[in-house]
This record gives sequence, C-alpha cells and structure tokens, in this order.
Amino acid sequence: MRYVATLLPLILIVAGLAVAGDIRAQRADAPVIRIEQGGACVAPTAEMRRNHMKMLVHQRDQTVRQGLRDPRFSLKNCVECHASRDTGSVLGKEGFCSSCHAFASVKIDCFECHSALRQGHAAAVPR
Amino acid sequence: MTRVHYREIEGRSHSYYALLGVLGALILAGLGAAWTMEHQGHAITGMSNRIVWGMPHVFAIFLIVAASGALNVASVASVFGRDAYKPLARLSGLLALTLLAGGLAVLVLDLGRPDRLVVAMTNYNFKSIFAWNIFLYTGFLAVVAVYLLTMFERRMNGYSKRAGLLAFGWRLVLTTGTGSIFGFIVAREAFNSAVLAPQFIAMSLAFGLAVFVLVLLAAYRGRGHSLGDGMLNRLGTLLGIFVAAAFFFVVIYYLTNLYSARQQGMARFFLLDGGIYTALFWAGQVTVGTIAPLVLLFKSGAQRSRQVLTGAAVCVIAGGMAQLYVLIIGGQAFPQLIFPGKEVASSFFDGVVAAYTPSLPEVALGAGGAALALALTALALKLLPFLPQRLADGDADAAPA
Amino acid sequence: MNPDRRQILGWGAAAAAGAVLAPAFRLVELAQARSPQEAASMLTRWGLLIDITKCVDCDECVTACHHENGVTRHGRLETDPQWIRSVKLRDKATGFAQTLPLMCQHCEHPPCVDVCPTGASFKRADGIVLVDKHTCIGCRYCVIACPFGARSFVHETLSDQKADVPRGKGTVESCTMCVQRVDRGETPACVVACNKDGGKAMVFGDLNDPAAEIHRRMHTEPSTQLRADLALDTGVRYQGL
Repeated sequence: MRYVATLLPLILIVAGLAVAGDIRAQRADAPVIRIEQGGACVAPTAEMRRNHMKMLVHQRDQTVRQGLRDPRFSLKNCVECHASRDTGSVLGKEGFCSSCHAFASVKIDCFECHSALRQGHAAAVPR
Repeated sequence: MTRVHYREIEGRSHSYYALLGVLGALILAGLGAAWTMEHQGHAITGMSNRIVWGMPHVFAIFLIVAASGALNVASVASVFGRDAYKPLARLSGLLALTLLAGGLAVLVLDLGRPDRLVVAMTNYNFKSIFAWNIFLYTGFLAVVAVYLLTMFERRMNGYSKRAGLLAFGWRLVLTTGTGSIFGFIVAREAFNSAVLAPQFIAMSLAFGLAVFVLVLLAAYRGRGHSLGDGMLNRLGTLLGIFVAAAFFFVVIYYLTNLYSARQQGMARFFLLDGGIYTALFWAGQVTVGTIAPLVLLFKSGAQRSRQVLTGAAVCVIAGGMAQLYVLIIGGQAFPQLIFPGKEVASSFFDGVVAAYTPSLPEVALGAGGAALALALTALALKLLPFLPQRLADGDADAAPA
Repeated sequence: MNPDRRQILGWGAAAAAGAVLAPAFRLVELAQARSPQEAASMLTRWGLLIDITKCVDCDECVTACHHENGVTRHGRLETDPQWIRSVKLRDKATGFAQTLPLMCQHCEHPPCVDVCPTGASFKRADGIVLVDKHTCIGCRYCVIACPFGARSFVHETLSDQKADVPRGKGTVESCTMCVQRVDRGETPACVVACNKDGGKAMVFGDLNDPAAEIHRRMHTEPSTQLRADLALDTGVRYQGL
C-alpha cells in the first residue's frame, strides 16, 4: 500500500509528460524538403538520408588533418546546393538542414562555426 | 582495545537545513553563471585573450589541490601506521572525493565548449599534462571510492592498507601533475619552474588539512565534547608544519628568480610593483596565509583552543586563495618575454601588464563549485557513517579499528 | 653529311629535347598547387620570411588577414580575436625603434600542440599549425602555452563566418597561414597585401623547395627566429631584428 502511494503520483507525472510530449509532437511541422537546385546529389538519396552524418564526420577529419578537400564532400558545397533560394541559408524555418533536424529533434552543431549561407560560387563537383 | 563506532550525523537541526539551503542557493547561482557563460560567450566575464584563466580556475585549482591534501589524514593512518588518526580516515576520504568533484565541476563548466566533455574523455593527447590530469582526477575518484569501501566494509578491512598506499601514491602523482600544468609552461616567466610541482604538494597538505579541520569542527559542533583536544592539537601541529613547508618552496622560488638578471623583472613585479598582485602576495599569501596561522598555532604552546585552530585554518584557506590568484592570474598578467631587451607595444597588450577584474559570473561559478563540495559532504555525512561517535582523548590513543 | 646539316640536326635535337623536357622544370611550381584530392605532404614545409627593415607599420597585413578570414572586430580589444598584430619595438639600451607583424610562428615543435588535452591543436604534415575546431573544448591551455601570445579565444557568438574559414564561439583560433588559400596554390592574404600596398617585407613559400625564393633568401641572407632559445624551430623567420 505504501508503495502505491509513492508510485502512483510518479506514474501519473510520467504519463502526463508523455501525453504533453505527444501533443507537442503533433504540432511540430513536418520537414520541408525543397530541392531547388537541379541535378543529383553526390550520392543517391537513400544513402544520403542514412549516411550523411557519417560522411560528414568521417570526411571532416580528413579535410582538417590531412588537407583533403574533395569538393564532393565539402560542407561548403552542400550548402551551395541546398541553401534555400529565398533565404540563401540551410537554416531557418524551412531551411534544408534545420527543417528535418528540428522535426527529428537532433541538434546539429555544424553551423556554430560553419557558414550556413550560400556564397554563390560552388566548386566544380565531379559526378 | 576500544572499537570505534561510526555514526551518521543527525542532520535534522535548523542549522543543518539552513546550511543546505545556503549551499543550494550558491550551487544554483553557479549553474546559472555557467549557463549564461555558455550561451553568451566568455565576453561577459572578466577573462580576456591575455588572462584566459580567471576566478573559476583559482577556485577550481584550490579545490583540487585541497582534495589531494584532504586525503592526508587517512594516509597518515593507513600508510604511515599512525593508528591515532584511523578514526578520521573515512572523513578524510570523503572530503577528498567531494572537494575534487567540486573542483572538476567548475573546470568543466568553464570550458568554452562544455558540451564537448565526451570529446575530452575520448580523445587524448598523451603529451599533454592536462590530458594526464583528466586520467589522474577521474582515477583518483575511483581509487578513493575503493579505499573508502575497504574501510566501510568489514570484510575488506584487511585491504585498506594497500588501498591507502595506492591512494597515497596516486595523489602524489596527481598533485605533481597539477603543479606541472604550470611548471611545464615555457611561455610564462612565472610558471616555468620545476619547483611548482613540490610546492603544490606542500600546498595541498596545508589547504587540505585546513579544510578538513574546519569540516571536522563543524561536524562535531552539535555533539558537545565528544571530540577530544588531543586529536585537535595533533592536527593543529601538522597544519603549522605544512604551512611552513609550503612557504619554504615559495621562498626558494623567489630567491632563485631574483638571482638571475633575466627573471628579476618578474620577481620584482610580484614582490614590489605588481599592484594588486603584490598586495595579495604580502597581505594575503604571506601575512594571512603564513605568518598568522604559524603565530596562532605555535605561540601558545601545544594547547590550542578551538577558536585558535579555526582561525588558523580560515587564514590558511584565505591565504591559499590569494596565493593561487597571484600565481595563476598574476602569472598571466605579467607580459610575455617575446623580444628580450626591447620595450614592446601592440594592440594585443604586448609588453604591458594585462588588466583583469573578477566578474560576478566567474565568482558565482567558483563559489558554486565550493558549495557543491560542501553540500555533497554534508549530505554524505547524513547518509553514511563517516564520523566516529566519540573521539575523546582516551579513545584517540587506544583506537586501532 | 656536311657539317652544317649536322649542326642543324644537332640544334634541332636539342630544341626538341628542350621542348619535351621543359614541362618538367615547371613541376616544382605545379607541386605547390596540389589537387584537392591530395593530402598535405611532409615534403613541403610552408614558411614566411619577414624583413622588418621594410616594414612601414601600415597595418595592411592586419586588415587583409582579418578580412580574408572573416575576423570581425567589435572594438573590444581585450576579447576580440587577433590573428596577426603589428608590434612596435624599442631597444631598451639604444632606443632604436622598429615595427613588425607578429602571428602564429608555425613552430616545428609547437608548445600549443604539446599541451592540448584533446589533440585539437595540431601540426599538419606540411608544417602549418592549426586548431581542429571539431575537437577543441575551449580549455585555453594552448593560449597560455604559446610563447608568442598568438592564440585567441572566441569570446562571443559569431554569425558572419566566411564559408572557407569556419570559426565559432568557445574555441581557440590563430593564424592558419591562410590554409584555405595555400591549399589552392595561392599565397596568404597578409603577404599579398604587403607586397601590393605595403612595404613588400613578406615572402611566403616552401622552405624545403630549393627553387623557392624564400629558401634561397634564407640560405644566403641572415635571419632569426623569435625566442630561438626555446628551440621551437619556427616556420616564420625575421630579418633585421
């Protein structure tokens, strides 16, 4: 009986939080994926969806430590292509990166340091 | 042969809750300061590109150095076989853990990227003494926890000597590492010295014992006379010896620096014309931190009142904070010797003594760490039997367990 | 065959051989502009030679560097990052005054690399000392350890970084020898500005390349390293100190 008195409020609180979270999630905007630039990405869409984080994390060490700057894997080139035509950025309400990441609730750290803005001159990307 | 009975403290008095309340408020202030620093950047603090380590580091290094020294009482019992100190070994181990936790909390929260703690714990550059310290600090927590376990768990009492030896050796390496954080640096005149490692060991003995004495006195205050003067006198004598030892290293540090033409400028800066640093050195480190405790502890012979002991311990702590301020911040403020024989001026404050004023977020963060250490201690004393029920004079001499 | 035809054939052969071999003499130059898919090489060691007798304290190098790398200044000298600075010297004994630009010296044995707990501060194979901002935890130990005070800590949130130069709050940074330009085969911004609008005091090049001007000058003219007593073997050398 004593345990019920302690556990019941706890269970109710957890349930309440779960419901609240559910309600919040229903109000979250679905990700907006607008591919405004023509042509294909550096890898097939399915592979990019699954592995873009691995590609970025692996490649960044090669770029920074060894100076390997293959334009296919350059974050700058990703931004050049994927930045919104209106805002020029991959962040923002319907930004290519932030839209999905906000929905999936996965915080990204890249744009603390990297510029999220299109610069206007992408390096030639061999397909 | 009297067995020592250990007991938790009651922990139900008004003053106990009031203490927890105050410490809790300080911890919250510290967390708030860390949050603000992390979100707005270190520009809101008094730290700059010339003085990159400020008040948080003064607090953190004090706590870490004191943590290592706080274990000394337990080491004297387990390693050096002085049975009279054995009853205090548990409290000694507890303080070592909580002080270190408080210091580490301040260090981590002050990082530019505290969210990258996992990176710090998985990427190591083994040439860096800082990286070694990360291992030494976390390892120390584990080693002391095991040491405490051997003391608490009756079946493991037989291992406490070995665990104590390991903890003793570990903390010597740890404190050497802490001193070497500064000692290995060639870029600052005030740091580059092999004497800093042993100096930090001596400082740890003094600071750690001072904190230990204050906590011990506070814990027994409610119990009337169950803490005998004999033990307190022993601790007071030890404290005086440690203060003198720490001062010895400070003296040879300055004598050596005064001797060479190249280092004289730096020595003069701290001893004579360094403004706040000179004031803190003479008034804080020397007068309050060294002379006052020595006078208090030894002028009246072996019998000291608790007030005298408390006063001496408080002086040692205040003097220790001043010492670390002078070393860490003064050491950064003194201009770097990039162009020997030249007067230097630039937009990056070359050639001039860098300015620094402690800011509220920094002090709040540092104080929050100290409060965390004390709060953890107070809670632990209530939860587990760390303190001997009686430590009157008769017990102190006879107790082995 | 009469001697004239022999001669003509000989010259012709020589000319043909020269035409065939000529590109090879340009290989050394081409090697500098390595392709993006190639790693930085240990065979190269990038360096700077600065003749401070020509330094006119014009600040062109400082402006160019901070413009190239997007280092915006907020007028708060104590916390604003500075990748390069103009230092005024005055000899204590003689009163002789000089100025020179001071930046990361790209040491062969960098103290900042030794002390970094995570290995974020590192030296690339071609001698450029960099900070890997992905691993930097912002502890500022390297700022303390640098004998030249070359490192800055980013004290505020940044919002207008250059695409080629990522930099962020809470990490440490310093002169990268314009690594983004060097990897494209170009020259650091400070050197370009000095040679264009300044005193033409700075030379950049591969210290290991016998054909490079910097190599030739270092071998034929006197130059010094700053704090040579620390045996850091800096990649930046000064003349006229």
